[in-house]
Formats: sequence, C-alpha cells, structure tokens
Amino acid sequence: MACNGAGGCQSGCYKDEETTCDQPTTAPSETDSKSSSNLCIKCKLNDVVSGYGGIDDGRFCADCFRSNLFGKFRLAVTSNAMISPTDKVLVAFSGGPSSRVALQFVHDLQERAHKNFEASRDRSLPVFGVGVVFIDESSVLSIPSHEMEEAVEVINLIVSSLAPPRKELHFVPIETVYSSDSSDGKERLIELMNVVSDPTGREDMLLSLRMVALQKVASEFGYNRIVLGSCISRIASHVISATVKGQGYSLPADIQYVDARWEIPVVLPLRDCFAQEINMYCRLDSLKTIKLSTCPSSSINSLVSSFVTLLQEENPSRESTIVRTAGKLIPFHFNRIPEIIDGNVPLATRRRQKRYNLKSNESVSSESFCPLCNSPLDKSEIVDWSNHNNCRSSDTFYTSCCSSCQFQILPSDSTSMEKFYTDLPHSMVARANKVNNDKLNALREQIQDCLLSDGEDET
Amino acid sequence: MEGKRSVRMCCLCNERRASLNRPKTLEQICRECFYLAFEDEIHQIIVSNRLFIRGDRVAIGASGGKDSTVLAYVLSKLNRIHDYGLHLFLLSVDEGITGYRDDSLETVHRNQIQYGLPLKVVSYKDLYGWTMDEIVKLIGLKNNCTFCGVFRRQALDRGAAFLKADKLVTGHNADDIAETVLLNILRGDIARLSRCSSIITGEDGPIPRCKPFKYTYEKEIVMYAYFKKLDYFSTECIYSPNAYRGFAREFIKDLERIRPRAILDIIKSGENFRISTTTKMPEQGTCERCGYISSQKWCKACVLLDGLNRGLPKLGIGRSRVAIGCKEENESHGGKSIESKQCGSLDF
Repeated sequence: MACNGAGGCQSGCYKDEETTCDQPTTAPSETDSKSSSNLCIKCKLNDVVSGYGGIDDGRFCADCFRSNLFGKFRLAVTSNAMISPTDKVLVAFSGGPSSRVALQFVHDLQERAHKNFEASRDRSLPVFGVGVVFIDESSVLSIPSHEMEEAVEVINLIVSSLAPPRKELHFVPIETVYSSDSSDGKERLIELMNVVSDPTGREDMLLSLRMVALQKVASEFGYNRIVLGSCISRIASHVISATVKGQGYSLPADIQYVDARWEIPVVLPLRDCFAQEINMYCRLDSLKTIKLSTCPSSSINSLVSSFVTLLQEENPSRESTIVRTAGKLIPFHFNRIPEIIDGNVPLATRRRQKRYNLKSNESVSSESFCPLCNSPLDKSEIVDWSNHNNCRSSDTFYTSCCSSCQFQILPSDSTSMEKFYTDLPHSMVARANKVNNDKLNALREQIQDCLLSDGEDET
Repeated sequence: MEGKRSVRMCCLCNERRASLNRPKTLEQICRECFYLAFEDEIHQIIVSNRLFIRGDRVAIGASGGKDSTVLAYVLSKLNRIHDYGLHLFLLSVDEGITGYRDDSLETVHRNQIQYGLPLKVVSYKDLYGWTMDEIVKLIGLKNNCTFCGVFRRQALDRGAAFLKADKLVTGHNADDIAETVLLNILRGDIARLSRCSSIITGEDGPIPRCKPFKYTYEKEIVMYAYFKKLDYFSTECIYSPNAYRGFAREFIKDLERIRPRAILDIIKSGENFRISTTTKMPEQGTCERCGYISSQKWCKACVLLDGLNRGLPKLGIGRSRVAIGCKEENESHGGKSIESKQCGSLDF
C-alpha cells in the first residue's frame, strides 16, 4: 500500500509550510546559484520548487506542481473508469506518503463531486462513497504498542479532517482473515508465519494475507473498489523483484492500473506518480504520514528497492523506463474494469469505459491462478490432475501453487506442509478448491446432456 | 557415519571426501562428482535443446578467458565421450588492445595446442583498419564498449564464414544472460529483451549462435577451471571500468548471496515475458554499404566506422533524429543520456 518513500526530498532545502494562503513557495536562494529566479515553465509567473529529485525537479511552481500531480491521478481515474458515481470506494491506508496522497486525492475528487451535487438542481448524479481501511499487522511484525496507539490517533485525526463528505474508517487486525473460521485467528496466523523461513517468503506471504484482509473488509462493508497508493517507484521495484523471483509470466498482472482478478477490483490511480513527487507533495501541504518501525529486512524485496533507488539517483528517468518496458508486456484480460452492465451507472461512464477497454483484446482469455498469491500460472506450473487422484489435500494444495510460492513460502516436507495447510485461512483453501471444481463443472456442462444419472463418483 | 568425523562425505557418491559446496545447489560434494555433474548438465542442455547435428562445423568463440577456455575443454571432451561428431575450431578476435588482448591471445594459442583444436584469429585492424587502442585514443573511455561490441559481432561472423562454420558457440554463462535480461529492462530495449534469453539466436542471420552455458553459473565455471587447472587469462578489459553493466553485475552478486537460484529465475522470467504485438519492433533488412544484416539503412558497424573515419566519433551513439549517413551529429537527449549510455550492449 504505502510507497516505500525511497529517494525523498534529497537536499532537505524544504521547510514545512502551512498552506493557508496561496503563496507560491520559493526555493532558498543559496541553491539557486545559476539564476536569480527560475520561472515555472507552465504558468511562467511563479518561482519553481526544486530539490525533490525526479525528472520534473525545478520545472514547476508549487501550484502547478500540485495541479500536475493531481492531474496525473485524475487522468488515471477517468481513462480507466476507476470510479463511477455509484461506486463505494475503499482506500487502503498504511499511513505512508503514497496512501496519504491517494486518500487526499480521492477526497478531493469526492468533495468536488459533492459540491456539484449540492449545486445541481435535479441532483441526478450521485456522489461515490469513500471508506478508509488500515490493516494492523502488529501481531506479525512486532510493532511496539505505543507506536501503534499513536498511529491510530493520527489516522483518526486525518480521516475526520477529510470531511465533508464523511468517510467510514475501519481498523482491522490482519488476523481478520480467520474471523469466519475460528476464534484463535491470531495464534494460527503466528504459527502459519513461523513455518515460512525464507525472509522474502515471509514478506510476500504477508502481502497475500493483506490482500485477503482487504478483500474481506471490502465485501463485508459493501465496497466495490479498492484503491491502492502504489506509485511508479513501487511498481518499478516490483518489476525487478518479480523478474528476480522467476515470475516473468505473471508480472504484467500486478502492474496495470486495474487488477480485477479479485472479487473486489483493485485500482492504482497513482501509477504515474513518482515517490519523489509524492514526498514533495506531502511536504508542501504538510500532510501527516506515519512510519511504523519494523526490523531491518534481509529480503530480496529490500535489496531490489535499494538497487532501484540507486539507479534512480544515477538517472531520474530510470523508474519510468522500467515501468514503460514492463508496460509493453501483454496484460491479462482481468486488467480492466469488467464491463458495467448496471443501468444505474450513467451512460457516459459506460461508453467511456467501453472505449478504453477495447485495447486488450489480444490478451489470453482463461488463466489458472496460484491459490496462495493469486498470480496466473505459466504453462510449466499448470498441473495435470489426472495423475494426482489420491493425494492428501495438503499435497494437492502444494502442487497447485506457483513455483515461486513453492520455493519461498511452502515447506518442502509433507508433515510441515500438512501443518501449514491446516493453519491456512479458509478463504485461501476455498480458492484452491473452487478452481478445481470450476474446471470440472465447466467440463461437465459440456457433456451434461449425455450423462445418464446424477451423483456419480465425483469428488 | 561412524563415530564423530570432522570430515564430511560427498552427498552424491558417499565414497569420497566432500571438498566443495556446489554454488548452484549448495550440495557438499567431492571433485569428481562435481566434474561429472557439471559436464553432464551441459551435455543434457546440448541434447535437449538440439543445439548441434552430426557433422556440424562449430566455431568456438575463444577469448582466452575462463568461459571460453572451459567451453573449449568441455565441448571437446563431450564431443569425444558422447560422439557428437562435430568438427570444432577455435575462433579468436584481436581487438588490438595492448597489454590485454595480446596476453589473452597467447593463452588461446596455448589452448590450440592443449586441446588440439585448429585456431583462426581475426583482427579489427585487418577488418576495419582500426584497433581499439586507436579508437579509445580518439573517443576516450565513454562508449568505447559500444564500438568494441558491435565490431566484435561482425568479426566473429566473418571469421566463422571463413571457417565455413555451421554454428558459432560462445561462453556466455547464466550470470551474463541474467545481467542482460536486467539491463534490457532497465534500458527499455524490448526488442532485445524478447531475444536475449534464447539459447540459440540469429537463426535468420548469417550464422546461428548457441550458448551452451546458458544455465551454468559463473562461479561453477571458475570452480571447474580452478580444480582442473585449466590455462586461462583472467583480467578485466582495461577499457571497461565505466560499463553500465557493472550496476547489474553488482546487484546479481548481492542477489546470489541471498538466493543462488535467483540467477536462473531471472532467465526463466526472461523466457516467459510475452511482448505485446502492438509494440513496434525493428524490421530486419540488409546494410546498404556492406550487406550485413541490419534493421536500419546502414548496419551499426558501418555507421560507427564512418564516424571514426570522418573524425565524428559520436556518430551512431545515442538516439538520433537524423537519418544515418548524413553529416550532422546526433543530438543528445539531455546531457545524461550519453554519459549513461550502456557499454557492453552485445548484440545477441
């Protein structure tokens, strides 16, 4: 959810300022040795802001910088039909700069729609609803409790300040993934995580669980979109780390604007924004963010993000090149908002969405997914089930996972695997079974008219 | 195991003492099992990928470095034991780098005698009229790897044609290919990204090239050469310190420490990338000047050579908005793009 804030404001020349008035903020004169004032290239009126790194550093004044960043967000939302007036949107909030900006921008959009609604005579266009969720992972990540309490206070303040329109705030512990199964969710979660010895595997397992939790909250409270604050920098790191884990086939699924594999589609409206810009925006507008202290990581993910930071410092367009290259890989059919058939949605929105959905007709139509991380399986990972009739369900589960999860998360011996399987949240297990049943059902439908009697010996 | 032994036994044969940790699998094995595993894996790659057919004349790109020396050694050994029926030759390129290439060429001459393989040497001086020393004197240490790589590719093809070779093999190992996959992602070179992880490339060109070491770790090649006491020359090219590839190489070394199999995983990702068909890819044609394959009017070697001969060394470097073969120099895309232009952009 949160961008990892790599490469923040580097020269530290920026003071936090209250933006009560529309004063353009100026760069301190000591850094501007070349000319006495650099004018914004857009409005040509005010002085530029600089020192935050990135390709646009020193080109815009504060106002134009803000509107440029918001513009990128809004373009992503409209061209991908991310948010329609009848939607209920859940913003995944980690407290970091990216999700803070995502929340801010979603609020700004909602506020604008609300003003239009109030001002219009017939009130025909409804305003989309917004909720905020914070996933509390302290049972797994050993975050000091006083930090967590402070964080909760800060988040409450932030969300209550972003009204009207009012937003529902959900604080959800990660063990909620077990809530429908049993009462000892926390113990089972800790046991589950303890089986995973690889540090990268642990991080990725936690990410998968986090998404399961988000999906659960969203469907429980009637949201139909989840907004993640992932920015270019985060996506560039993901491109490299997925490549490094052998996930070249499934990589395109995670880096598009829309990910509709899930029951509640996930959207990434900040996909064109750089971490450096986002950090600058937070500084300019004094947006409060929180950072919870976690143990230093020895995982591949953190090695990759330091590598990408290093490259970005050497060349500020590196992150966008990485994402652009990965953007040339074929996306999946679920990387767009499913076509809106709801008659209540304004025709204009439906038409626009249809227009933008046309481009992905070259993508493959049906995929199998790993029950653990939900990534599409490549040819070599797809199992021939005819050979696996009498296996234990834990072994069946193991075989149906992708090779990356098999290596870094799942235990290799059967006994530990059995234990791991029993500790899995029911929703993941159900996902695996659903896949197999769906396949059988699809086949059965085709031959239904030739079957003589019901209740054959099927599993 | 009886009693308390401080000595570990090889986990494969259990007969001999373990003397090394195999880099790829971290198994503790003895030398003989290592040689066997190493050689057999390469044999399986050659067979399962159908790299050669009986009677093929195969030119081995030999630089005198560890990869090509081990390649020559193992290939001739496998050719003998498994009776591939190949005619093997050593093909070496003399770029004209004093203090580096002349030393490594001596190694190749010794290999010729040690392995009993005929040797052909092609030189930049004969082919192009320029040595790398002369080129570097003219253009300095930025972009020199571009010149060398482009020239070497043609040089190898010409040498292979002279030998009437059916195939060219090079010693590119798993680390090299993983680096290249990463580099192509970083550089945005989608065309190369789609080709660089193939074990056979250039089948529609003058001569197909194979990389039998595609899945072989660099560390294992070094280990093999070390234990077998093979004769090779082990210094970095004196002109290479600024290569962009260095970033990727450092990263991969760090990666290998955390997870050795990541190198093969990168290659697997490279093989699994599916490129969108709407992406514009370069079309293959022929060079108007020399007839070599090229996606532009003139092949890169001709462009670079033209630049050198006219005293315009930046011609062909960086992105050009001007048609190739014209007088104007290329614009730079902001100061940074030329400085960070990747060297070692070996065309596969």
